[in-house]
Amino acid sequence: METTTGTEHQDIRASVRELCNRFPGSYWQECDQQRRYPEEFVRALTQAGWLACLIPERYGGSGLGMLEAGIVLEEINRSGANAAACHAQMYTMGALLRHGSEEQKQRWLPELAAGRLRLQSFAVTEPDAGSDTTRIRTFAERRGDRYLVRGRKVFTSRVQHSDLLMLLARTTPIERVTRKTEGLSVLLVDLRQAGGRVRVSPIRTMVNHETNEVVFEEAEVPVENRIGEEGRGFRYILSGMNAERILIASESLGDGYFFVDRATAYARERVVFDRPIGHNQGVQFPIARAYVQLEGARLMRDRAAALFDRGEEAGAEANMAKYLASEAAWEAANAAMTTFGGYGFAVEYDIERKFREARLPIVAPVSNNLILGYIGEHVLGLPRSY
Amino acid sequence: MKIVVTVKQVPDPNSPQRLDADNTIARDGDVVLDPGDACGVEIGLRLKEAHGGEVVLVSMGPERAREAIRKALSMGADRAVLVTDPALEGADVNTTARALAAAIGSESPDLVVCATESYDGSTGMVPPMLAEVLGLPQLTFANHVEVNGSTVSVHRQTEDGYQVVEAPMPALVAVTAGIAEPRYASLRGIMAARNKEVRTVGVADLGLEVPAPAETVEGVEDAPSRQQGEIVEDDGASGVERIMALLQAAKVI
Repeated sequence: METTTGTEHQDIRASVRELCNRFPGSYWQECDQQRRYPEEFVRALTQAGWLACLIPERYGGSGLGMLEAGIVLEEINRSGANAAACHAQMYTMGALLRHGSEEQKQRWLPELAAGRLRLQSFAVTEPDAGSDTTRIRTFAERRGDRYLVRGRKVFTSRVQHSDLLMLLARTTPIERVTRKTEGLSVLLVDLRQAGGRVRVSPIRTMVNHETNEVVFEEAEVPVENRIGEEGRGFRYILSGMNAERILIASESLGDGYFFVDRATAYARERVVFDRPIGHNQGVQFPIARAYVQLEGARLMRDRAAALFDRGEEAGAEANMAKYLASEAAWEAANAAMTTFGGYGFAVEYDIERKFREARLPIVAPVSNNLILGYIGEHVLGLPRSY
Repeated sequence: MKIVVTVKQVPDPNSPQRLDADNTIARDGDVVLDPGDACGVEIGLRLKEAHGGEVVLVSMGPERAREAIRKALSMGADRAVLVTDPALEGADVNTTARALAAAIGSESPDLVVCATESYDGSTGMVPPMLAEVLGLPQLTFANHVEVNGSTVSVHRQTEDGYQVVEAPMPALVAVTAGIAEPRYASLRGIMAARNKEVRTVGVADLGLEVPAPAETVEGVEDAPSRQQGEIVEDDGASGVERIMALLQAAKVI
């Protein structure tokens, strides 16, 4: 991995900000109202190389670490934009990078790095299996040199803007494995060749985020598209979870700083009863409290990223960073809503849109309650609570 | 083709502008690459992409100006020369043009690209003076630049359109701020900028003598605040004539 300095972090922040400045609030308002994918924004990020920052240089990326990737996403969300439209292009390839064969990496990573191939959809959750991942029922049956996939996934994001989809499926029925974490495999599904065998139904949500129900009807996947060994997919998926937590934490930090930036500016200029409303403790303290919590969350994100980048165990820190950052962002969102008063509900101020968006990371990709369960069990040694 | 682009670090136009006690521009706050110069860098890079060669940045300023240079290197320029020397602090346009000319002259470029004026001083004097000192033809107010063989031609913006002006190279072109949208630094560009050369030179290296400034700012006063205007009531008779007279007196019509 490349090592970077504070100077380069500043350059990364400045350059991402500059790019984001070309996509003002009005752009995001329009995308939000029309439920439109921010194609132009994603193209600009791709062309500038930001989405390939985690891909090693030998495959055409920049070979940067989780901290730098986090800084990129943080700055995107701090600008008022929403990185969720494309963040997965950054990290979904992690399973391929860590567990794929050299041939697979040569085949896909340079195309992903160049932005010619999009791998930003990851199908795990099912209607009857969310956090309890080993209960998934989607089954990939081996038939010679291919798998036939049957099953139903839900909340699968960005399928309509992906060429490849990373799929977790059972390859051995749960009744026939000794541990329920066994018998799961990771397949890369080429959606361009799926024909009518992969049926995608959009799910409309309270934010402008493309997510879907995906039904596999005997979809064929060549065996050479399996990542790693058959039956060991659950481990491969887990190793990518910490990366995802750190990056989602970074987006929440960005959201939180967005609210604090906007609320602070508004509290300074909005005059009521002959003085700026920021004079009032009832306005000022919630913003300050949110800022304190954000700064604390940022330290945990930095620590989690540093551990991850050194190849050390980062599970607890990555989870805690995601917990702290998403809660701090939500605190900041409420502080901004209070500060803006009625204007916070007006679309043109961007607060209501970001408010809706900032609520999501408390629930997904993992619920904060499950993070508490994880900390209770694995850090504090308490009985498993779930 | 070797292209020199002059770049300058200026106080962030989005921050309040301040002066030091000696009436020179305070440069200790937030600073950025001059937005006009970023357009110059963009033109330099486009010409290089079309014709091959090298884009060399030349800047004058304090050591801190490296930050602005790094930004331009991240955009894709190849290397940079920073003229920096305590003797050049508070330099006027004459000294600035001579110092830049000394650094640029030793590069023997085919084309020198400048912004029409800086965002901070806004004198617009340096590009023409630089061309004179270097003995180069100058094409100013360019909002379009083309190179054909050994000739450079520009669209020279005027009040009611543009003139097509050309000159043999080497030449100096001063571009307008609206000529092209500067590219942002890509991640690859930022990483590559780390290994690009930034050579610093002082007045001794350039064999320069720095005269006392020919021009200094002796005093600065705020612009007078706007006075209350005259309100003309429409009385159905003389109001229109009164307004016409006022507008004519103000030479508006």
